[in-house]
Amino acid sequence: MKDLLEDINRWRAAGERIAVARVVDIEGSGPRDPGAAMAVTESGEVAGSVSGGCVEGAVVGQALAILDGTESAGVTTFGYSDDEAFAVGLTCGGTIHLFIEELNW
Amino acid sequence: MIEPSIFEQYEALLRSESPVALATVIEGPDVGTKLLVQPAAAPIGSLGHPELDRVVARDAVAELEAARSGVRSYGPEGQITPEDLIDQPTVRVFIESHAPPPQMWIFGAVDFTAALARVAKVLGYRVTVCDAREVFATRRRFPMADEVKVTWPSPVFDELGSELGSRDAVCILTHDPKFDVPAVQGALATRVGYIGVMGSRKTHAKRMERLTAVGVTSEDSERLMSPIGLDLGARTPEETAVSICAEIIARRTGRHVPSLRDSSGDIH
Repeated sequence: MKDLLEDINRWRAAGERIAVARVVDIEGSGPRDPGAAMAVTESGEVAGSVSGGCVEGAVVGQALAILDGTESAGVTTFGYSDDEAFAVGLTCGGTIHLFIEELNW
Repeated sequence: MIEPSIFEQYEALLRSESPVALATVIEGPDVGTKLLVQPAAAPIGSLGHPELDRVVARDAVAELEAARSGVRSYGPEGQITPEDLIDQPTVRVFIESHAPPPQMWIFGAVDFTAALARVAKVLGYRVTVCDAREVFATRRRFPMADEVKVTWPSPVFDELGSELGSRDAVCILTHDPKFDVPAVQGALATRVGYIGVMGSRKTHAKRMERLTAVGVTSEDSERLMSPIGLDLGARTPEETAVSICAEIIARRTGRHVPSLRDSSGDIH
């Protein structure tokens, strides 16, 4: 989160609403550890990353849906698990759990 | 005056590199609620119940100490024992730790020191270089270090040794008994996770005799990685720095990678 502060402050000063996605858990090999974060503005600007580039596109979609109220804050999972294959996978074969919410606290 | 938001307080703590943990409810009745935890201050915010706040704050301080981030599960009123959790909704809390960077103290302002300080900076250490010789221990020679101290080892350990913990490292590169014996003694009196001491196998053997003479026990000396570094065949200061840092990583992760200490052949 620390490396996102400059972008977040700039966006907040410009009055933009922001969603933040944070890696909360990984199974198997994950490219980023818990705590890695990415921020998305309602106009679609992005800072930071939560994987090696595998799932960022899908995260932007989910973040925008949370900002426009069609989805609520919560945990989103990307990767493969035993019982289900997700549309967006990680090239390393692991699974990551992200918590995505609006930065309104 | 308006109370700063949790984010603003969190941001200020991150910028000042103060240890702080941010706990967020990620599943349960109050998703998104936050508790900002510092080691010696009252937590800020709430996760919805005072007892839950108390238990999470306690766990967050422990996570912070270990520089670990992860998810923990509780009952809505902070229950943690399995019997108390039956028929209760689960509150899952993500605890994000921001610990200050680990420290590396390097004793001896020698050629190897600059290379080691550079590699340690790449790995995120806060690096302090110490030597009693004013002409060698200069900022100009070690611009990459966070601090350069002209001092004997004992005062540094007396003053700051209690700061060192399992994530930190002490590397003694002096090869000089006047300096390395007190440095080893000082380091052994701390909780530091890694103590490495440079020298040829001959230097190492002599040093162990001197350390025994000043009362270092064989149990103590098991904490010493001496000769310092992995058995990589490193030659240059830069290669040696990599072999030292790789050894620190292997010790932390518990992987069995051959260290020079545990082998007997040529170092180079």
